[in-house]
Amino acid sequence: MIQTLLIANRGEIARRIIRTCRELGISPVAVHSDPDADAPHVAEADAAVRLPGATPAETYLRADLLVAAAVSAGADAVHPGYGFLSENADFARAVLAAGLVWVGPTPEAVEAMGSKVAAKKRMAAAGVPVLAELDPDAVTDADFPLLVKASAGGGGRGMREVRSRADLADGVAAARREAESAFGDGTVFCEPLLEGARHVEVQVLADAHGTVWTLGERECSIQRRHQKIVEETPSPAVDPGARQRLCAAATAAAEAIGYVGAGTVEFLFSDGDFHFLEVNTRLQVEHPVTELVFGVDLVAWQIAVAEGARLPAEPPAPNGHAIEVRLYAEDPARDWRPASGTLHRFEVPGDVRVDSGVENGSVVGVHYDPMLAKVIAWAPDRTSAARKLAASLAAARIHGLVTNRALLVDVLRHPAFLSGETHTGFLDEHRLTEARERDLTGSALAAALTQAARRHTGALPIGWRNLPSQPQRVRYENVEVDYRHTRDGIVTSLPFTVVSADGESAVLERDGLRNRFHVSVYGDSVEVDSPLGAVTLRSVPRFPEPVATVAPGATVAPMPGTVVRVAVEQGQRVEAGAELLVLEAMKMEHRVLASTAGTVAELRVTRGHQVDSGDVLVVVAEDEVAEGES
Amino acid sequence: MTALRSVLDTGSAEYRDNRAALLAKIEELDAEQAKALAGGGPKYTERHHGRGKLLARERIELLLDQDSPFLELSPLAAWGTDFPVGASIVTGIGVVEGVECLVVANDPTVRGGASNPWTLRKTFRANDIAFANRLPVVSLVESGGADLPSQAEIFIPGGRAFRDLTRLSAAGIPTITAVFGNATAGGAYVPGMSDHVVMIKDRSKVFLGGPPLVKMATGEEAEDEALGGAHMHGTVSGLADYVAEDEVDAIRLTRRIVARLNWRKLGPAPKPVEEPAYPAEELLGLVPTDQRIPFDPREVIARIVDGSRFDEFKPGYGTSLVTGWADLHGYPVGVLANARGVLFSEESQKATQFIQLANSADTPLLFLQNTTGYMVGAQYEQGGIIKHGAMMINAVSNSTVPHLTVTMGASYGAGNYGMCGRAFDPRFLFTWPNAKSAVMGPAQLAGVLSIVGRQAAAAKGQHYDEEHDAAMRQVVEGQIEQQSLAAFLSGRLYDDGVIDPRDTRTVLGLCLSAIHSGPIKGAEGYGVFRM
Repeated sequence: MIQTLLIANRGEIARRIIRTCRELGISPVAVHSDPDADAPHVAEADAAVRLPGATPAETYLRADLLVAAAVSAGADAVHPGYGFLSENADFARAVLAAGLVWVGPTPEAVEAMGSKVAAKKRMAAAGVPVLAELDPDAVTDADFPLLVKASAGGGGRGMREVRSRADLADGVAAARREAESAFGDGTVFCEPLLEGARHVEVQVLADAHGTVWTLGERECSIQRRHQKIVEETPSPAVDPGARQRLCAAATAAAEAIGYVGAGTVEFLFSDGDFHFLEVNTRLQVEHPVTELVFGVDLVAWQIAVAEGARLPAEPPAPNGHAIEVRLYAEDPARDWRPASGTLHRFEVPGDVRVDSGVENGSVVGVHYDPMLAKVIAWAPDRTSAARKLAASLAAARIHGLVTNRALLVDVLRHPAFLSGETHTGFLDEHRLTEARERDLTGSALAAALTQAARRHTGALPIGWRNLPSQPQRVRYENVEVDYRHTRDGIVTSLPFTVVSADGESAVLERDGLRNRFHVSVYGDSVEVDSPLGAVTLRSVPRFPEPVATVAPGATVAPMPGTVVRVAVEQGQRVEAGAELLVLEAMKMEHRVLASTAGTVAELRVTRGHQVDSGDVLVVVAEDEVAEGES
Repeated sequence: MTALRSVLDTGSAEYRDNRAALLAKIEELDAEQAKALAGGGPKYTERHHGRGKLLARERIELLLDQDSPFLELSPLAAWGTDFPVGASIVTGIGVVEGVECLVVANDPTVRGGASNPWTLRKTFRANDIAFANRLPVVSLVESGGADLPSQAEIFIPGGRAFRDLTRLSAAGIPTITAVFGNATAGGAYVPGMSDHVVMIKDRSKVFLGGPPLVKMATGEEAEDEALGGAHMHGTVSGLADYVAEDEVDAIRLTRRIVARLNWRKLGPAPKPVEEPAYPAEELLGLVPTDQRIPFDPREVIARIVDGSRFDEFKPGYGTSLVTGWADLHGYPVGVLANARGVLFSEESQKATQFIQLANSADTPLLFLQNTTGYMVGAQYEQGGIIKHGAMMINAVSNSTVPHLTVTMGASYGAGNYGMCGRAFDPRFLFTWPNAKSAVMGPAQLAGVLSIVGRQAAAAKGQHYDEEHDAAMRQVVEGQIEQQSLAAFLSGRLYDDGVIDPRDTRTVLGLCLSAIHSGPIKGAEGYGVFRM
């Protein structure tokens, strides 16, 4: 029996496992890198072990440190979560060698599926349909487009789409480089690229006594850069017949490798036809949708199976529909650029499940995946689940970091999504990642009025004038608003009627439509939440500090005088502090020195020159700082 | 504490008529004030903006703390004269970096911001307010100098403008000047006399004599930048303490100067504020359209003081004058308000005692004027009305606690004096748009002239022309009526502004807060009270 479980992971999955530990009465032990020292998963565990350093390679990928942590914490089992070392057979072996229970499949099963090339061969032998492997040296034009994949890969890394023979060599080389650096294994292979195909996977749960359950399929077609962002079960494209065949194939796959524990068999699904992609020998990120529909706790079952428990003969029956979205701190309009910084506020309202690794005030760093949370909704049917999830996301208060929230809401409300037409090219086809022009004036007006109300102290009327002439003007980046406090309320030249405004929110009416805007201020960033969409505004100072008028590198005369010596020539390299020239004033010689290292770009004076205080004498073009140093 | 209970019937026809009449007067007032706001009109405003410059009120708005209140003073200055309404200058009290300041800004769209005799008077009044209430003075200068055709009325008295600045400085009241354009000749002394000076690169020109004058005087050929540019003053003459990049930067620097004054108010801090129990809006309906009909000032007090709470002093004695204690925006005040116009001996004695009490308690006084004067007639003369009126005027004159005066209706005769009219230096004096003030009512004045004329004719044995008399009375009545009106009086700087009665509490609250920048100290002695 497991009493103490070390969770060799971080973030939301660590918290997810802790939750089940609490329900089962197991004492959870967390590990953490230095930047994660104050992370919620650390605070929630009974004990925590520090992994010195910040990068995954120094911390969460160090099998030796993790095993040592488990031993020192008195843990009797290790749960790897997903990612990091969850599919590393050596780590599983090290855990077992230390006399601990490994919550996962056997190292052999992990290994068998670790190489995609080998896995495909094995599955083909077991009668599971697979895509033909293409030899890069023997492809014909008819084989394009094709996909180059890393054998050891995952998460879209080491993967390249190649559309013509001309690009093949480059694609293979790029995939190989990426695979080598990401997984330490540069092996790649080619497959036909099935465009418009769906990503469908089957959840498998097997005990050590020969029982294999399949818990339906999940569809994870909506992806950005091969990274899933919307997942659901059941798939709108899979009918009962196809489901039966998928599940049978998944069962065959699991049995072929003697699989024990929770795993996922991934397929490419197209027109009722499907091909094996890979087996994920771990808990999937998107496991919650299965849990909600089948009413099971997969982590609890993982632990039970690891303890040797038997599965009942039949799995529970599915009920309803569940959809999950992955909320990332990244900007879809800027090439998915990840955001880092302080997440001032994180609240997702509504009847949804939120598996998050963050909370109010969490700092999102640059070292790990920028996923903030998974938000999952269940409803009796698919459209109801989508509606519920979209509403929760739209109403969420997410302050401090740019996220893909608006994109997710757009997906969930898109007619094509609602009619089940999901596929891996969904975002591109519907142009959902493009930045949209948004009217910021309502949000900005609400922000200005709320900030005004907050500033206002005392009983004298805010902004009172006996002779009103000018409105109050407030600027935020890209938007300016005006308003005036009058006897009859607040008026503005903008097409809004101000219904009310206080220190928390403002109610504005436009074209007969009334909306409440909630305003939160964090330094110079202002977050406005409303049913019209969340907006982040940046305050522009009322009085900008004047910019320096003297060009950088310019040296000016400190006082009026005569140039008695010029020590440099045009184009000469000088070090910071080097003498440039000497000025004589009031019988004193003043040495004028270079303030920065560089090259003399301009020499404006010669010997004997009369100069005035403030005159530019020499301009030194600063050395460009070599990249990587700054 | 005693809460006032209003008996105003807001459903009555009288209330509706009063309200409609007062709203009409407010509309007229707005129209007159709009003239001041329009400055030099669209053409000059556009030209000014075209030069990348801000208007006087735009500069002020930027100078003030965001969303803070601003009380503009004397907006109708020069009303009824040959000069534009507003007198080409804006003055007022506003908050800069948390400090209540007296702000003065030339309006360069009005004849180049040139000073006329009314500009001077308005400036002097602003300086007086700064001095009496210990308010730092911020001047936003851009003026072409004196309006030369009226130099006779400017030159000699105008020196006071410089005297005021240095005396303010000597009294420890900071003076800050930002020069937005020309400050020539006399104008050059404004920065010269100020504690702190900001000029704007390529914009400010400060010199005693410009290029033509210098050429005439000495033959020297000098460019204006060399004579008085911001750069020269910032690096050579040292007249500019700060040289700004542009107008906004000048205002930024000015605000920074105020922020670094380390200013502390010397008056006691206000108590927590409670709004009146009755709405200010109802003030519009309680003033009768006929000035001869008195109204109960308690109805006004109930709508301007904290919690409508009023502890009345001597409520049963001298009932034509209401006296008592209240708080206004958290500041304690003693209120004297006319209840039935006329002041008798009892009222005078009651007021005298009340003013002395306020001085012994260092409590500011609020005078709510609606008076036709001291009672006349043999009975009252014999009862010593002159002695008693003089006592009251003595007390008002020598009282040193701050006085605030609001003319709610009539302000005639010596009643204007006893109730702290302009000549008695109230810290602030505001007028409602319906108010009238003169030595006596127009009909009475014309009647007196008629009687005197009739008597003169009779003494000479001449025939008195009744037709001529009627015409004379009409002309005089019209002239006196005209000269009694709020806008006329305000135009002559006899008040600090005509206000919407609904703003009375706010205006008085702003004034009391400004007043408390300085100490509050009651009188320690009076002149001889004739008993």
